[in-house]
Amino acid sequence: MTAPDVPAFPMNRTCPFDAPPEYAELRGTRPVVSAQLPGDQRTWLLTRHEDVRAALADPALSSNRRNPGFPLRAFGVRPPADFPQPMIGLDGAAHSAARRPVISEFSVPRVHALRPRIQQIVDEAIDTLLAAGQPADLVRYLSLPVPSLVICELLGVPYADHEFFQSRSARLVNRAVDPDERMAAATEVREYLDGLVTEKEREPGDDLLGRQILRARADGTEDHGGLVSLAFLLLIAGHETTANMISLGTLALLTHPDQLGLVRDDPATTPLAVEELLRYFSIVDSGTARVAVADTEIGGQPIAAGEGVIALGLAANRDPQVFERPDDLDVTRGARHHVAFGFGPHQCLGQNLARAELTIVFDTLLRRVPTLALAGGVEDIPTKQDATIYGCYELPVTW
Amino acid sequence: MRISADTDVCIGAGQCVLTEPAVFDQDDAEGTVVLHTTEPAAEYEDAVRDAVQLCPAQALSIVEE
Ligand code: HEM
Ligand code: SF4
Repeated sequence: MTAPDVPAFPMNRTCPFDAPPEYAELRGTRPVVSAQLPGDQRTWLLTRHEDVRAALADPALSSNRRNPGFPLRAFGVRPPADFPQPMIGLDGAAHSAARRPVISEFSVPRVHALRPRIQQIVDEAIDTLLAAGQPADLVRYLSLPVPSLVICELLGVPYADHEFFQSRSARLVNRAVDPDERMAAATEVREYLDGLVTEKEREPGDDLLGRQILRARADGTEDHGGLVSLAFLLLIAGHETTANMISLGTLALLTHPDQLGLVRDDPATTPLAVEELLRYFSIVDSGTARVAVADTEIGGQPIAAGEGVIALGLAANRDPQVFERPDDLDVTRGARHHVAFGFGPHQCLGQNLARAELTIVFDTLLRRVPTLALAGGVEDIPTKQDATIYGCYELPVTW
Repeated sequence: MRISADTDVCIGAGQCVLTEPAVFDQDDAEGTVVLHTTEPAAEYEDAVRDAVQLCPAQALSIVEE
């Protein structure tokens, strides 16, 4: 039962491009509001950019997914009990200890060095797309394989296993696949990563896992389970997110020809367009959730220990106080103070890798396939309203 | 303008490097912020102010204007 003045969460996007209309209304009238989650749990919802940033930087708000007050538990986000929590669920010093050894792997210069390999992966994916015959599903041939193969490269998955890794991880992140099958795929991927880590421990190579092993040995902090958990997190956090941004970004450009023209005519625009597409879609939206572990205050509203908080990234990124004409897609906007990658100590570890993948994909796709078009109407594209991470299931295209 | 960076709280997001690579870099081994200079030239002051705002970990500060 929902009381009349208590909004129910989640709220749906009404078309592929717009935020749920309730977000603007709440931002104007009740920017910090108590909402009803499925089941009997309540949560605070934040809709102002300022409050979202403040919450995500507030040490009184915890990322611990095992805390019973953690709001995403209402959507089935529960880490398996026998698995060490990766950095995304840790706070304070424990979070810092988990994140610190990995940050150099994702630095701007390090990602820059990966670009030629990413370009190769993108070129090959576009070859398969073009060979598939028309109409072809862009999600299947481009959006899903690119981030998965980039993660293979990063982790040092041997070439012979790419096919296995790629097919299982596509099933694991595909919400159209039934839950049992997804669970089975998750188990297979986890077992695979466990074996991979064991192999790397025997013979640490020049890849992320190899370097983590050598580093931990030097520090005396070697932890097999922790490394498997990290590898799994990198896959989960980097695969569906990047895939959805490739699909939605392509969809937005194809349906906004003036914006597409700007990107196609000047490659210097692509990085700006990527930032704008990240802001515009804010696919993680409610994924930046927290639970208070001490009393605090956000936007003047006291939050008590034990209460959940959802910092709505999409609402923050459409805040008219911060972004002019926030509902317009403007690839020349050049705004990087959006919160599509979160804010505070958990801000996306892979953000520069995601930026590189998206920039290379859009640059290559628009130039190599200048006649690219949607096979049907926008209204026929199945979007993920039900998922924690927004995206589309399929994107049939012609050229 | 004089600036400082706290590498203990830096989370290596690289927002500063994207904003002004002439002033900010990331350490190759640790990934944390490295300042090319603590007294950036006047032409970089606006970019430095942007970077301070963008830094998700509040690791950057302007010590004196
Ligand atoms: C467009 C693609 C992506 C988007 C929109 C995105 C978004 C986000 C967001 C919003 C968070 C913060 C979660 C929170 O505060 O609770 C996050 C964290 C994270 N992301 Fe991404 N991400 C993307 C791609 C990637 C990639 C490619 C990787 C790595 C391969 C990655 C790895 C991570 C990790 C490890 C964290 C946890 C960081 C921490 O807890 O300190 N992400 N991401
Ligand atoms: S923006 Fe802040 S957290 Fe990111 S690298 Fe620079 S100083 Fe570190």
